[in-house]
Amino acid sequence: MLQYYEPEKDYGTPPSLSTETVTLNIDGVDIDVPEGTSVMRAAAEAGIKVPKLCATDSLEVFGSCRMCMVEIEGRKGYPASCTTPAENGMVVNTQTDKVAKLRRNVMELYISDHPLDCLTCPTNGNCELQDTAGEVGLRDVRYGYAGNNHLDAEKDESNPYFTFDPSKCIVCSRCVRACEETQGTFALTIDGRGFESKVSPGQNEDFMDSECVSCGACVAACPTATLTENTIIKLGQPEHSVITTCAYCGVGCAFKAEMRGNTVVNMTPWKDGKANEGHACVKGRFAFGYATHQDRITSPMVRDNIEDEWREVSWDEAFAFAAKRLRGIQEKYGNNSIGAISSSRCTNEEVWLVQKLVRAGFGNNNIDTCARVCHSPTGYGLKTTLGESAGTQSFASVAQTDVVMVMGSNPTDAHPVFASRLKRRLREGAKLIVVDPRKIELVAAPHVKADHHLQVRPGTNVAFINAMAHVIIDEGLEAKDFIAERCETPAFEQWRAFISDAKHSPEATESITGIAAADIRSAARLFATGGNAAIYYGLGVTEHSQGSTTVMGVANLAMLTGNIGREGVGVNPMRGQNNVQGSCDMGSFPHELPGYRHISDASTRALFENDWNVSLDPEPGLRIPNMFDAAIDGEFKGLYCHGEDIAQSDPNTHHVEAALSSLECLVVQDLFLNETAKFAHVFLPGSSFLEKDGTFTNAERRISPVRQAMPPKAGLADWEATMGLAKALGVDMHYDHPSEIMDEIARLTPTFTNVSFDKLDAAGSIQWPCNEETPDGTPTMHINEFVRGKGFFAVTEYVPTDERANRKFPLLLTTGRILSQYNVGAQTRRTENNQWHSEDILELHPHDAEERGIKDGDWAGIKSRVGDTVLRAKVSENIQPGVVYTTFHFPESGANVITTDNSDWATNCPEYKVTAVEISKVTAPSAWQERQQAFNEQQQGLLKKARKHETTSPAG
Amino acid sequence: MITIYVPRDTTACALGADAVADAISAQAAQRDISLQIIRTGSRGLFWLETLVEVATDQGRRAFGPVEASDVGALFDAGFYEGKGDKLALGLSEEIPYLKNQQRLNFARAGIVDPLSIDDYKSQGGYAGLSRALAMQPQAIVDEVKESGLRGRGGAAFPAGIKWQTVLDTPAAQKYIVCNADEGDSGTFADRLLMEADPYQLIEGMTIAGLGTGATQGYIYLRSEYPKAFSVLKTALANAYAAGYLGSNVAGSGKHFDLEVRLGAGAYICGEETSLLDSLEGKRGMVRAKPPLPAIVGLFGQPTVINNVLTLATISSIFEKGAAHYKSLGVGRSIGTLPMQLAGNIKRGGIVELAFGSTLRSLLEDFGAGTASGKPIKAVQVGGPLGAYLPASALDISLDYESFAAASAMLGHGGVVVFDDSVDMLEQARFAMEFCVVESCGKCTPCRVGSTRGVEVLDKIRAGEQRDDNLILLEELCETMEYGSLCAMGGLTPFPVRSAIKHFPEEFGG
Ligand SMILES: Cc1cc2nc3c(=O)[nH]c(=O)nc-3n(C[C@H](O)[C@H](O)[C@H](O)COP(=O)(O)O)c2cc1C
Ligand code: SF4
Ligand code: SF4
Ligand code: SF4
Ligand code: SF4
Ligand code: FES
Repeated sequence: MLQYYEPEKDYGTPPSLSTETVTLNIDGVDIDVPEGTSVMRAAAEAGIKVPKLCATDSLEVFGSCRMCMVEIEGRKGYPASCTTPAENGMVVNTQTDKVAKLRRNVMELYISDHPLDCLTCPTNGNCELQDTAGEVGLRDVRYGYAGNNHLDAEKDESNPYFTFDPSKCIVCSRCVRACEETQGTFALTIDGRGFESKVSPGQNEDFMDSECVSCGACVAACPTATLTENTIIKLGQPEHSVITTCAYCGVGCAFKAEMRGNTVVNMTPWKDGKANEGHACVKGRFAFGYATHQDRITSPMVRDNIEDEWREVSWDEAFAFAAKRLRGIQEKYGNNSIGAISSSRCTNEEVWLVQKLVRAGFGNNNIDTCARVCHSPTGYGLKTTLGESAGTQSFASVAQTDVVMVMGSNPTDAHPVFASRLKRRLREGAKLIVVDPRKIELVAAPHVKADHHLQVRPGTNVAFINAMAHVIIDEGLEAKDFIAERCETPAFEQWRAFISDAKHSPEATESITGIAAADIRSAARLFATGGNAAIYYGLGVTEHSQGSTTVMGVANLAMLTGNIGREGVGVNPMRGQNNVQGSCDMGSFPHELPGYRHISDASTRALFENDWNVSLDPEPGLRIPNMFDAAIDGEFKGLYCHGEDIAQSDPNTHHVEAALSSLECLVVQDLFLNETAKFAHVFLPGSSFLEKDGTFTNAERRISPVRQAMPPKAGLADWEATMGLAKALGVDMHYDHPSEIMDEIARLTPTFTNVSFDKLDAAGSIQWPCNEETPDGTPTMHINEFVRGKGFFAVTEYVPTDERANRKFPLLLTTGRILSQYNVGAQTRRTENNQWHSEDILELHPHDAEERGIKDGDWAGIKSRVGDTVLRAKVSENIQPGVVYTTFHFPESGANVITTDNSDWATNCPEYKVTAVEISKVTAPSAWQERQQAFNEQQQGLLKKARKHETTSPAG
Repeated sequence: MITIYVPRDTTACALGADAVADAISAQAAQRDISLQIIRTGSRGLFWLETLVEVATDQGRRAFGPVEASDVGALFDAGFYEGKGDKLALGLSEEIPYLKNQQRLNFARAGIVDPLSIDDYKSQGGYAGLSRALAMQPQAIVDEVKESGLRGRGGAAFPAGIKWQTVLDTPAAQKYIVCNADEGDSGTFADRLLMEADPYQLIEGMTIAGLGTGATQGYIYLRSEYPKAFSVLKTALANAYAAGYLGSNVAGSGKHFDLEVRLGAGAYICGEETSLLDSLEGKRGMVRAKPPLPAIVGLFGQPTVINNVLTLATISSIFEKGAAHYKSLGVGRSIGTLPMQLAGNIKRGGIVELAFGSTLRSLLEDFGAGTASGKPIKAVQVGGPLGAYLPASALDISLDYESFAAASAMLGHGGVVVFDDSVDMLEQARFAMEFCVVESCGKCTPCRVGSTRGVEVLDKIRAGEQRDDNLILLEELCETMEYGSLCAMGGLTPFPVRSAIKHFPEEFGG
C-alpha cells in the first residue's frame, strides 16, 4: 500500500479490552468507549486531540508531562486526561482558558531547557515537542535561556544505527518504558533525581556497552530528536511510505518502508502489523543497507566453466544460455537429471513459479527447499499427529498462556519480536520451562526467570519428551475428557501402553538425558496442571536424527494435556526464515504439490494439469541430499538454485562442494555472489524484498504483503526472472503482476481459496486456512476438531543417534544463531550488524577448556569424523561440560565442514544440532579454511574482471 | 525495690540518657543501693530530657533535665526515694506540659518498657485487637469510618474510606503498608511512637489486616531511624513469639505477617506511590493515580497505606470505641493530633491535643515562646511544604478546615518557629530549593519548575524586572500547584506564596 508519509495516529493510551461500555461527553460530543479507556483515548477516538508528550498508545500510561490536562465537571483541579479513566456521565472540556494557560506554561518550562535549533534538527517536521508547542501556542519563554540547562550534554553516537542527543531530551521516559514494556530488555533507566534526571543506558554506559540490543523501540517511542535513526539524520524526513514485511526471520514483522524517492530512509515497524504490533528487532529495523550494498550483483552473468571469468550478459542471453544447457543435460542424462531448490527468502508467488517451472517445465518433481534442513520434521510430525503442517496459534496467543515450554529454541536471538511478547507474559507471571542444553537468555533475563531449565543432552530429546508424557500418565494428570472426545482411541491406547513402560520414566532416562528425574516430574506436573500450556520449539527439536519423532512427541504432549484448539495453548514451531512456512505451503517438496497434497494423488494432479495445461510426473522427485548424492554419482547434472546458499548452509561441506563441482549447469539466482555461486555457470541477479511485490507467510501462517518500494536493481524482480527462464525453456508462463500468481495459488490451493492481494491490502494480513468456511482466516487451528479429524498419538520410540561422543570425539557440538546476524549472514554481514558479531565463536565449558589448555580468545581446532575447522574460543558457563556450541553466520568459519550428513529418519533434515567432535588448541586455520580462502579469492577475482561498473554505495 | 525510669529514645539518648543511666547504676552500686532501671520510651518533653522518673507511692516523680554530672548530687539528695529539690519537677503527671495534653497515641509513651508486651497489655494494649477479632471485616471498617479518623500523613484522607476500597477489591493477596518514612523536617511523632510504644502500631496494623483481608504488612521505616529499627525488630519478634503475629493471630486462626523495611533515604519515598516502588525494590518514582494504591498497590495488589499515627490510633479506637474517639476534636477534625514543636522554640517536644485549640496556645502555653527570646515572626506548620503563618495569625484554630481556609495545612503536625531574624525571601527560595533537591524528577512542573523558581527568586532578590518576575513566579506557582503529579511539586507553592503574601515587603513589593 503506497501512501504519503504520515506518522501513524496515536491514541495516547492502549485500548481497553473491557466489554462494558461507558458514555461520556467530551467538548459537547457524547462518546461511547469501553470501560477503562482513558479520557485522552476517548477524545482521540472522537477526533479530539488533546496535547500530550509522555503518552503514546504502545505504552502504559505514565502521566509525567502534564500537557494533557483537562477540566472535568465536578472535579477539582485539572486532571491529566491520559491517567483519568472515562466514566459514565463524565463531562469533559479539553480546551478552556485555564488549561490553555497551564499547558502553555508547562511548555514554557520545557523550552526553557531545550535548544532552539528546530530548523537544523533532524526531526524537524516530525517532532511531537515541536507540534505540541505549536498546539499550545507558546510564544515566549520568560525564564530566558540562561538558567540551568542540559544544552551541553554530550551526544552518544556509539550505536551505528541511531544517535542519542540528550541535549534535546524532555525526560518523558518513553524510551525507558519502551525498552521495558515493548522490548523487555531493561537497558535504560532514568538516572539522578529532579532536574538532574537523565536517560542512561545501563550504569551510565554508552548504548553499545550497555545491555541494549538495538531493537529501536526506544527510538520509535521518542517524541523528540533525542533518539533518532542515523539514516534520518543523514537523509532527512521521508515523504512517502510503503507497507511491507520483513525479509529476515519467521516472525514476519510488518514495516513501513519510509522513503524519499527510491531511497529507504527508515524502516518503521508498523503498529497495525499483527505479527509485531509496532515492534521490531535490529535486523528488520536497521539492517537494510545490504539492499544497496556495492556487492549487489546487478547484471546477469554466464561462464562455461567455473574456472572461467564471468561474462556480463543481457537477461535474455542469460536465459537462453541456461535453457540451452539445462535442456542439453536432460537430453543427455535423462529427464530427471535436473532440478531446482526454491528459496524460503523469496515470496510465495516466486516459490510457486519455481516449483511450477520444475513440474511443468523440467517435467519432474526435483524441487526442494531449505525447509529440508530446518523444519521438514515439523511438516511430517504435525501432519501425522494433528493433520496440518503448521503451527497452531497466533503469536498474540501467548498473552493467554500460563505455562510456556520453550524447547530447542532461543527466541531472544532467533525470533526476537516474539521473544518480547513472551517476556511480557512471563513478567506478568506465566511459568517457564526451558529445555535446552545451553543457558539461553530466557533462563535468566531481566525480570524473567525460568522455573525449570532442563539441560537436555544433545540428541536425547525423544527420551526427554517421552519422560514428560510418562510422568503425566503415571500420575494420572492427562486430560481424559479431551483425549476421549478429540483423539483416536485405539491409537491412544496403543501409545499409552507404550509410554507407560517404566523404561520411559524419568528415573530410567535420567542417565540418557542428563536431567534429574525430580526436575522432569515437577516440570511435567507444572505443564499438565498449570493452566493454559503452550510449547514453542525450534531447530533444536527438528535438526536431529529423530527430529520428526520429537515433533510428534511434542504434539502428543499437547494433546495429552488438552492444550490445543484454543487461545493460549498449542504447538508452535518457531520457523526460521521469513517465508519458510510459505515455501512449504507452495509445494517446494519433491513429494507434495502445494497445500501438502501428495504428488501421487491423481485427482490433485488433475487439478494442476488442467490449470497448467501439462501432464505431471506422479513420481516424487529428489530431496536436496539425494540431489547431491546423484550429482556425485553423475546422474544429476543441472540445478536451478533460487536464493539459497547451500554451499554454506548445508551439512558436510566437503560433500556439498563435491556435488556442486560435478554439475554441468548450476544456475544461481541471488543478491550476492554467495558461496554456492562460486560454483555456478549462470548467475541471475536477485531482487531484494524492497524491489518487488508478493507475500510472505510467517510462523503463525500469516500471509503478509511484500510491496515494492524501489525498482529492481537489476531490472527484473525474481518472479520475472523465473518467468524469463521458463519462457526460454519453452514453458507457457505469463503473469503481468504477482497478484495474478496469487490468484492462481488461490484457485489451486484449498487453504488459500479466499486469499487475494486486494483482500490482503484491506486486512493487512491473513492467516491461512482462508476459504469459504473461514473467510477472514484462521488464527487458531484445530478448535473443534483436528484437521485430520481425530488427533493421532504417534508412538515415539527413542533411538540414540549414531552421532555419539566417543573416545576419539568426546564432545558434542551443537549450533545456533545470534540476534544480530541472520543465517548464512549474506545480508547482515553487509551491514553495521557486524559491530555486534563479526566472527563465529566456539563456546566451551571451563572444564573442557581447561582440560585442553584452551583460554578465552585462543584458536580452537574442531575436528569431527567428516572434517575440521578452526574458530576462536570463548570459555563460558552457559553450556554444560561435554557440549560445545557455535553459530554459523560466516562462510570462513566452516561450521558445516564438520557437521555430518546424519539426518532425520523421516525427512532427511540434517542433524546439525549434534556432531561428535574433539577440540584442540591450534595456531593456524584448517586446510579447508585455507582452500576456502584461496577459492574465494579466485572467484572474487573472476567476478571483479567481469564487472564493468561499480554499483552505488549503501544508504547509511 | 526501687524503680527508676530513664528514657532510651533517640532524642533522650542524644541528650545523654545513656550516660545518665550508667551514672545511676554506678552510683547505686557505690552506695550499695539496690534499684532497677527501666528504660522507657520518652514522654516527649524534650526540653526536660533527660527526664528521670522514680516510682513512688503517689506516682512517678520526675527530675530533669538531668545530666550525668548531676547524678551524684541527686543521690545525695535521695532522689531515688522521690526526695530532694534538685531538678525536681514533682509528680510527672502533674507537669503542666504533660497534664494539659489529651494523650491517646502517646498515653503510654515514657510509662512502659517499649519492648514489654506485658507492660503494653497492662495499659490497655491488645484490648482493641481482641475486640476486632470478634468482628467481621465490614464491621471493623465500619468502626473506623464511624470514628471519623483521618490520615495523619498529611493529606487527612478518611482512613475508613481507604480501607473500604481495599476490602471491596477482590485479590488473592492484599497488603497493609505503614508509612514510617517521616521525612518532614521538624517532625518526630512517628519515630517517638515507634520507639516508645511500638506494639500500638503493630496492633493497629494487625487490625487493619483483619479489616481488609490483608495478610502481609510492611513498615517502611525512614533509613535514618536506627533506634526505631531495632526497637521494631525486637518488638516484632516478641509479638511473633507471643502469638500476636503469624498464621494464628492470638489463637484466632487468622493470619497476619509483619515486617519492617528500611527506606531509601529520599524525601519523595514518603509519598505513597513512590514508597510502593521503593518497597518493590525499584527506584522510588511517583506513580500516576488512578489507579489508587487501594486498588493497584504494592506488587499490583490492593494495599492500605497509612501513616504510623493513623495506624497506631486504630488500636485506641478499638480499645475505647469509635464513640469515644469521636467525642474529641471539632467539626470534621476528629480525635487528637500530636503536634511537634521544633525550631526556634523554648520548650520543644510532643504536644498531643484534641483538634480545636489554637496555635498561640501551643506556642505560648506549651512552647513558651522562642528559644532566642526574640519575638516570633513566622511559623511553618505541616513540614517543609507547609505555609508560613505570620505572628498576627497565631489565633488560628488547630484543625484541618481552619488551616485549609488560611491556605495552610496541618500536615503531619510539625511546627517550626522562626524569630524576627528570618529572611522570608530566603525561606521562599529554600522551599523551591528543597523541591529541586527532593523532586523525583518525573513531572515537568516540579522537575523544571522548581529550578526555575529558584532562579526567578534570585532575580527578584537582585532586583531584576521585579514586577514581571513576581508575576512569573505566581504563574509558576500556579503551574506547579495544578500541574504537578504529586503533592511534592503541588504543595511547594504554599510556603512560597505565603511568604510573599504575608511578607510582601521582603520581596520588594
Ligand atoms: C512529597 C511527599 C512526602 C510525603 N512523606 C510522607 C511521610 O514521610 N510520611 C507519611 O506518613 N506520609 C507522607 N506523605 C503522604 C503520603 O503520600 C500518604 O498520603 C500517606 O502515607 C497516607 O497515609 P495517611 O492516610 O495515614 O495519612 C508524603 C506525601 C508527599 C507528597
Ligand atoms: S534499542 Fe531497544 S534494547 Fe536498546 S535501549 Fe532502545 S529499546 Fe532498549
Ligand atoms: S530520550 Fe526521548 S523518549 Fe527518552 S526521555 Fe528523552 S525525550 Fe523522552
Ligand atoms: S528479523 Fe524477525 S523479529 Fe526481526 S524485524 Fe524481521 S521479522 Fe521481526
Ligand atoms: S511533583 Fe515532583 S516529586 Fe511529585 S511526581 Fe512530579 S517531579 Fe516527582
Ligand atoms: S500525556 Fe498525560 S501527562 Fe503526559
